[in-house]
Amino acid sequence: MAESIQEREEEIIEEFEFFPEWMEKYEHLIELGKSLPLIDEQYKTDDNLIKGCQSRVWLHADREDDTIKYSADSDAIITKGIIALMIRVLNDQKPEDIVNAELDFINQIGLKEHLSPTRSNGLVSMVKQMKFYALAHQAKQ
Amino acid sequence: MPETATKSISIPDNTSFIEDFPILKREVNGHKLVYLDNAASAQKPKQVVQAIEDYYFNEHSNVHRGIHYLSQLATDRYEGARERMRRFINASFTKEIIFTKGCTDGINLVASAFSKAHLNEGDEVLITEMEHHSNIVPWQMACADKGAKLVVAKVNEDGSMDMDDFKSKLSDRTKLVSVVHISNALGTINPAKEIVAEAKKFGAYTLIDGAQAAPHGGIDIRDIDCDFYVFSGHKMYGPTGSGILYGKESVLENMPPYQGGGEMIKTVTFEKTTYNELPFKFEAGTPNMAAAIGLAAAADFMEDFGIDKISEIENGLLAYATERLLEVDGLKIIGTAEHKASVVSFVVEGTHPSDIGSIIDKLGIAIRTGHHCTQPLMDKFGLPGTCRASFAAYNTLEEIDLLTEGVKRAAKMLR
Repeated sequence: MAESIQEREEEIIEEFEFFPEWMEKYEHLIELGKSLPLIDEQYKTDDNLIKGCQSRVWLHADREDDTIKYSADSDAIITKGIIALMIRVLNDQKPEDIVNAELDFINQIGLKEHLSPTRSNGLVSMVKQMKFYALAHQAKQ
Repeated sequence: MPETATKSISIPDNTSFIEDFPILKREVNGHKLVYLDNAASAQKPKQVVQAIEDYYFNEHSNVHRGIHYLSQLATDRYEGARERMRRFINASFTKEIIFTKGCTDGINLVASAFSKAHLNEGDEVLITEMEHHSNIVPWQMACADKGAKLVVAKVNEDGSMDMDDFKSKLSDRTKLVSVVHISNALGTINPAKEIVAEAKKFGAYTLIDGAQAAPHGGIDIRDIDCDFYVFSGHKMYGPTGSGILYGKESVLENMPPYQGGGEMIKTVTFEKTTYNELPFKFEAGTPNMAAAIGLAAAADFMEDFGIDKISEIENGLLAYATERLLEVDGLKIIGTAEHKASVVSFVVEGTHPSDIGSIIDKLGIAIRTGHHCTQPLMDKFGLPGTCRASFAAYNTLEEIDLLTEGVKRAAKMLR
């Protein structure tokens, strides 16, 4: 059985305790952003595009058994790093758990500003969209 | 800050100017604020805030309608602000100065009222590729409403206006030409006077969007000779919610009111209303007196320090920033027209503007990243957006050094 959303969030919070300085946090995010092949090119379509004022985000979701598999990408690397964290937390989870996830870990690791609507980097819309997919899959069950 | 001999460029001493802006002393993310987002909004000097406070604490009442002392005083101050703004742009008559909420408000007023009077099916409104969304969307709306056509003149690769293309798109169908004076995304200074002269050959009306020009001062409406000129107060050290629409008297006279309400009427019966004269016809409701008075104080503040000195500082900052930023490996400046205001838009190869902006924000440096409300222009250059540093007369050469080092550091982290 996969770890719960809560457990994964705690793991990430612990991981970020190694990076108290913003510089190190950003370097870690950039590494995460760079190292992960997040989305199959065929899914980088306009239909999957979430347009922010600052950066663009592509999101794709697939149903696998009773869980959801996300893939996503962004043209901005820090945004991509945060996406990698979101996917780590929400992938292979049950739709109802995704819908109810509070995802407060972003706040706890000190990256709250990136999920502020004023940033307009597509992340807020992405999280909404992830939950929307989960809700849609839940309804199909 | 004193001039330093070690730099390639020097600027006039702006220490006293800097002192007037309390916010510049604050810290952001543990660093002293370096505010380089002036094209979005400038910071406010004590003199402007003081003028607003004095007005509210000692002189406030409603204007134009009271019989009592304070109403007269408030009216004098408000109308005094109008006269002050007339002088700021060298317009002929005070009644040609309409107070607005800002540049966008001014353009919408013209797009609505002018179109009602003059725009017909088959007419054309001519703009350029470098317009801000606020000088695109109101015209799209007006054109859609009237069956008119929006025509767009091209921008050259260096970010200057393609005057040949512009001239070729003028015709007898052109009812109005609406062009930005200084581009917010590129810094290009357009030849406003020449644009107006060319438009007039075809009998077209002209609007110049001066949002980015007002902060530098020295606007001469009588020289430009346009029909409309719009700008915001908050970009020229004035309060938010303040702005000016200049309109030529004869042109304003022939336009219907924009909004209805108090202030803008002469007589009202349920059968018929007659409208007030200029400028009140276009100022329905109780105006924002405090904003107008604050804006006039901003004009005083700029001219007291000296428009020439402001220009000299800004030109020095632009030259120094251009020189220093080009040191950054892979940095490309977007907008290299010969005539530019103190705006440097740039991209760094292999990095995204929002990543650069996020990282240098942590160093206390405020720049703007994104499409700068000029999506069609960014599409033209094939860019998702740019980083934009824009300078005011309170910025320093040392701040540009910090910006350069910050961008270098960010680029190194990101590549």
